[in-house]
Amino acid sequence: MSDFQHQAIRLTAQQQPLTWLESLRNKATDAWLAQPWPTRKTEHWKYTPMQGLQKTLLHVWGTAANQILDKALQDELIPVDATRLVFVNGVFDAKHSSRLPETVVRFSQADAEQQALIEKYLGNIVEGEHHLFATLNNAWVDDGVLIHVPRSQRLDKPVYIVNVVTAVAAVSNQRVLIVLDENSQAEIIEHYLSSADVQNGFANSLTEIHLGDNANLQHYRLNMEEEHAQHIGAVHVDLQRNARLRGFALALGSSLMRVDYQLNHRGQGAELDLQGIYLPRNQQVVDYHTNICHWVPHCTSNEVFRGIVSDSAQAIFNGRIYIHQDAQKTLAELSNKNMLTSNKAEVNTKPELEIYADDVKCAHGATISQLNTGARYYLQSRGLSRAEADVMLSFGFINELLEQIAQPAVHDYLQPRLAKLFGRDNSLNEVNVLAELADDKTIG
Amino acid sequence: MLRITDLFARVEEKEILKGLNLTVKPGEVHAIMGPNGAGKSTLGNVLSGREGYEVTGGSVDFNGKNLFDLEIEERAREGLFLAFQYPVEIPGVSNMEFLKASVDAKRKHHGQAELSAVEFMKMAREASKRVSLDQAFLKRGVNEGFSGGEKKRNEIMQMMLLEPSLCILDETDSGLDIDALQVVANGVNAMRSAERSFIVVTHYQRLLDYIVPDYVHVLANGRIVKTGGKELALELEEKGYAWLENEAV
Ligand SMILES: Nc1ncnc2c1ncn2[C@@H]1O[C@H](COP(=O)(O)OP(=O)(O)OP(=O)(O)O)[C@@H](O)[C@H]1O
Ligand SMILES: [Mg+2]
Repeated sequence: MSDFQHQAIRLTAQQQPLTWLESLRNKATDAWLAQPWPTRKTEHWKYTPMQGLQKTLLHVWGTAANQILDKALQDELIPVDATRLVFVNGVFDAKHSSRLPETVVRFSQADAEQQALIEKYLGNIVEGEHHLFATLNNAWVDDGVLIHVPRSQRLDKPVYIVNVVTAVAAVSNQRVLIVLDENSQAEIIEHYLSSADVQNGFANSLTEIHLGDNANLQHYRLNMEEEHAQHIGAVHVDLQRNARLRGFALALGSSLMRVDYQLNHRGQGAELDLQGIYLPRNQQVVDYHTNICHWVPHCTSNEVFRGIVSDSAQAIFNGRIYIHQDAQKTLAELSNKNMLTSNKAEVNTKPELEIYADDVKCAHGATISQLNTGARYYLQSRGLSRAEADVMLSFGFINELLEQIAQPAVHDYLQPRLAKLFGRDNSLNEVNVLAELADDKTIG
Repeated sequence: MLRITDLFARVEEKEILKGLNLTVKPGEVHAIMGPNGAGKSTLGNVLSGREGYEVTGGSVDFNGKNLFDLEIEERAREGLFLAFQYPVEIPGVSNMEFLKASVDAKRKHHGQAELSAVEFMKMAREASKRVSLDQAFLKRGVNEGFSGGEKKRNEIMQMMLLEPSLCILDETDSGLDIDALQVVANGVNAMRSAERSFIVVTHYQRLLDYIVPDYVHVLANGRIVKTGGKELALELEEKGYAWLENEAV
């Protein structure tokens, strides 16, 4: 147990939590304090550098700080026609949020029925024991977002949840619960941002997702915080029979970003696709731990993560697939490809495949890739310099995944921003040029 | 335009070109035919500067410059263009952005301003029409999922946009149906001019009905072993290459 752990709990004195969440908080507090602080010897924490966070002095609850989205950050929002919820330092910013439909409610506004639903699922999808910071999120839990889509309904708009941290040395606890009843559909975007000058802040985010039979969710989780941010987060999902999840994860990098995906196939015929991109630079650290568990037969998983690691940055990818002995006829694929653009950049990629069923198809690969020399030659033979060719190819390496983003607003938001990181000219994607193309279609 | 003198080159320690001579003057169209593995593609790769192709002897003069002094991209910007036998697929890299970057690279090299996105789009649209390639291909990844024929047409479209002075077409006709062959041939013929030269590598006399060459060469065992007019192609079609074998040694 560390000072950080104690201080984290002391901090709760500044909260005035919802009383009906108290028993969850109390249980979690005990569990959090009982667990050891992760070190290089702790399973699943081997490569994550935790010293920086451990030394972080958690002074204030972020709620004490700015609570309205400033202009600079407003410009960073995705222009998507959606139900938007903005949280600034953990506090709901009504001014920049939409009017909420019945399907979306903050915990603090939940009626008795919704409270009952929250109590049923909250903290139960996550497997507490193994996830220290999920436990902390439970201990800290206060206002959060519930998205509940009743049976056979579909959200008519995506839900767009924005979490920003703007305060120095402040803490923000971010919580989302998604419950899709049988045969329902939703699209949800979680966007994490911070101000450029935030130092020593800490955001702890947790998303729990229950997908009922035949439910269908598109889920985006975009970690686009600034250089000095520290963020630990997780997404825990249960998929029931024939449920379908399409997930996309992005991490641009910050001084510490660790996100765990825990995906459980609990009903036959469930399908999941998870794609991810990470692009840490400078001294940033990005750590994705994904754990896909096939508990039942006939489920499908397809996971692709790609990263480009530059400067002295570090990326950690741990992709585990577990196939229980009952999970016959599983199809599971995982691919992780990395490119290093500097000899100080570091990647630790570890695929783990545990198969206890005999009739399954699994493929699993983790590589450190080089740029394709044939492709480079092709570009050069058309007049591009080697440097230009390399930039184009490295952007292409991740653009392959960007191209598969189903929500056009997210694609169109990310594509130019990431292109810019690669110093790419994006003029060809400008509206007038695309109009030119479209124009021609109608004529000929 | 191009003067190749006594060229020797090897790939992975294996000598492929063994004293090849060829002179191409401005405006001329040269066809190169020859058996599989003779070194035709190797010649194209050596001329364009591909890594792994080691020149061990001879010289190549390209428009008054020593070709081997130039980097791959400089050769391209100076007007050398190789349409590949097997164009590579580059997923994730937009065909349109790639084409614009290559046109701009050439323009900059010649002291011209880069094209605006709209100017470029107009050109690209025009070129794609001329090779009967749907606009949609501009937005796709470079050659990504293109059929064999679509790849070849994409090569010709690039050639049109780059307006090279020396075009080397390596089996651009292979895998083309008769309509596509016509499209490609029309594209080439439209580009023929007194200043532009072509080297057309092919196995089929058929192409040469559409693109009528000034000279036909036989490349065998790393050298040009026979040169004639367009009627040589007909003769080769009939007799094969065996009768030339003596000359090839
Ligand atoms: N990158 C390479 N590595 C190893 N061998 C090579 C390579 N490129 C060419 N070769 C060899 O060089 C020889 C000539 O090949 P090349 O591709 O130039 O023939 P070609 O005349 O174009 O044949 P084709 O008509 O089949 O296209 C062949 O024996 C080939 O196997
Ligand atoms: Mg060849």
